[in-house]
Amino acid sequence: MLHDYANIGMLLVIALLFPFLALGASYIIQPRRPGVEKSMPYECGVDTVGTTWVQFRISYFLYALIFVVFDVETIFLYLWAIKFQQLGLAAFIEMFVFMMVLVIGLGYAWNKGGLEWK
Amino acid sequence: MQEVIGLFAISEILRGLLSQYFSNPQWIDLFMALINLGGILTVISMSAIVLVYAERKISAYMQVRIGPNRVGPWGTIQSVADMIKLMSKEDIIPDSADKKMWILAPVLLFIPSAAVYAVFPFDRQAIFADLNIGIFYFIAVASQSTLPFLMAGWSSNSKYALVGGMRTVAQMLSYEVPMAFSIVGVVMLTGSMRMSDIVAAQQHGWFIFLQPVAFVVYMIAAIAETNRAPFDLVECESELVAGPFTEYSGMRWALFFLAEYSNLLAASAIATTLFLGGWNGPWLPGWLWFFLKIGVMIFVFMWFRWTFPRLRIDQLMTFGWKVLLPLALVNVLITGIGIYSYKLFS
Repeated sequence: MLHDYANIGMLLVIALLFPFLALGASYIIQPRRPGVEKSMPYECGVDTVGTTWVQFRISYFLYALIFVVFDVETIFLYLWAIKFQQLGLAAFIEMFVFMMVLVIGLGYAWNKGGLEWK
Repeated sequence: MQEVIGLFAISEILRGLLSQYFSNPQWIDLFMALINLGGILTVISMSAIVLVYAERKISAYMQVRIGPNRVGPWGTIQSVADMIKLMSKEDIIPDSADKKMWILAPVLLFIPSAAVYAVFPFDRQAIFADLNIGIFYFIAVASQSTLPFLMAGWSSNSKYALVGGMRTVAQMLSYEVPMAFSIVGVVMLTGSMRMSDIVAAQQHGWFIFLQPVAFVVYMIAAIAETNRAPFDLVECESELVAGPFTEYSGMRWALFFLAEYSNLLAASAIATTLFLGGWNGPWLPGWLWFFLKIGVMIFVFMWFRWTFPRLRIDQLMTFGWKVLLPLALVNVLITGIGIYSYKLFS
């Protein structure tokens, strides 16, 4: 078991090194002719107007909030899904109730317009 | 079914060869792990080269064109030429970018797209790490690729990149939920999250027949997660130039591309493992079946790209939350009821 995780750790380290290897190989053979115009941010050929780092619209973050609720639910749901054939009908009904609570939450967000793109 | 030329048999031969040179079994394990790692990285880099060519050729034939046909026979080494070209391109870092984040983003994107390969069952007993939380590991690691997109979008300091990055986050978060819920049905049927158990449970019947709704939900969510058309709002060329990748050039851009095709292969491999029986199949060796099924899945993904027009962002979000998520929840419920009634009547 731990052996498997050690292997995954090794994979992560090598996956981190691989892009640097590719970038390094590219660094050796690429030309370097820097220019002011080249290093400006792209905006269809004209100079950029105004700042880019602004406060962004809220609707993106509303989705993120709803996402967190359901993502936490998946953790419970997976654990239940493994053992549910042994746990019996009571656990199934309990999970059904738990899911209904979340569905009510989703319905509330739906009703309040939290799922609408504004 | 007897073992034809399985990957496990090859690994046993290699292990035997190594044992002539090393007496310590731990060293042999380490070397075998390194060989497997090399295999995984080869699959990832080869997949990008082969899939780019396949994608260009398939799109060409779907639009009644010829596609790449100049470099090599039938243009087969076109993507190799492209790769060499990308490597020799100048690396332009925008002056106004947040440089540390900007440089780190493509590197960080590559890590999760490579790390998911650890749990893929390529063949009988040929899994790099057969974790008992296999499928959960896939979901957890695959979802990490959201952050590098946001990093790239935000740090580029370009308006197109920012909008693209924000859209990526919204889209990938929204479609992760139905994706995770659609897989629950398979876990309920198997009673295990271990990949080898899931494949073994499909020896007599693929889960696509027991879980057709889950398969459809998974497919749609997977297309959204890999940011492919018709859900390619992240990098829709006609309005956002290239989304978060706008400011990237040369090898850094190639890393984004590598991760994208690696993710496409990963999504197809998971669909194969969970719904299409993994390496199960008659006559041919298991790994060949596995890659054949992946090939079919990838063809379907490319087919979708040229069949459906791109959605608007509000349609996309509405579809994810109001159609796919309830559908996936109902699927979990019906699977539970189905398993209980099956037990009751048998």
